[in-house]
Amino acid sequence: MSLQSPVASDHQLTRLLQIGVVLEEVVEARAAKHAREADDVDAEVRAFLEDAAAESAGHRDRLEALIEDLEAETIPFEEIKTLVEEQYEAEGDFDGVLYDQLCNEETAYKFYDDLIEAIETSEASFGVDREHLLAVLTEIREEEADGVEAVTELMEGRG
Amino acid sequence: MNTADQYLKAIYLVQSAEDGPASTGAIADALDVSPASANEMIGKLEREGLCSHEKYQGVDLTEPGIERAREALQNYCIIERFLLEVLEVQDFRSEARQLEPVIDETVADRLDTIIEREPQCPDCFNPEADVCGLLELEADAAD
Repeated sequence: MSLQSPVASDHQLTRLLQIGVVLEEVVEARAAKHAREADDVDAEVRAFLEDAAAESAGHRDRLEALIEDLEAETIPFEEIKTLVEEQYEAEGDFDGVLYDQLCNEETAYKFYDDLIEAIETSEASFGVDREHLLAVLTEIREEEADGVEAVTELMEGRG
Repeated sequence: MNTADQYLKAIYLVQSAEDGPASTGAIADALDVSPASANEMIGKLEREGLCSHEKYQGVDLTEPGIERAREALQNYCIIERFLLEVLEVQDFRSEARQLEPVIDETVADRLDTIIEREPQCPDCFNPEADVCGLLELEADAAD
């Protein structure tokens, strides 16, 4: 146990980006599953979930490009999708689906926010351009913030 | 996990190992920080009602402190299990220690949706080995 910086090397940065990829894969798999299988979901919510899954896939691609620049490997989506299916215990009702999506967006936002802060306070130099790295992560974080707002509005509009 | 939570987890584990109050020195050693830094944070935690500190005796977590420490410990177990089970990181113990400051409780909760974790978590944690006792057995079996 120690209080050292969590992002002091390419190895640690890669590991955190891999965790980001897995989080996006979990979001993508759960949103797609809900859009496909949840009962009592209307066309508006279904389209919203499909967009959310597509957005996560986009985020994953951008994280994977960074991981590739760091000459490391990513985690295949099929692997995470299988784990999500195996452990899945969500309720199929409407509130559960939107609430799950809100948790997805909030979790992703928090992850990128903490990661950006950790990179900004780290004095390490990385195998990827720091400005580019922070620009990509900041852009994804803003999209997650927009996602939180959108799902909140959708929930409130139906409350 | 923020710094305060890391301290609470460390105090909880030192108290478990010593079966009594945790000395400032042992807490500082566990976190690899100076005793002065440890004292400063212990004072802050005490003001927040998360622990009590008696000179020459040590630090005792209060009920709210124990609750938060156990949550922090559970998050730590999730990170360790995630690293081993999903990312197949063999050096999951040291990597979990490095990553825990940047893995928030909400993030750990999401990672928890794709790992196998026993209901008795975090009571199965082995403070001396700094790892879930059950995970240690699984990792040894996999070697």
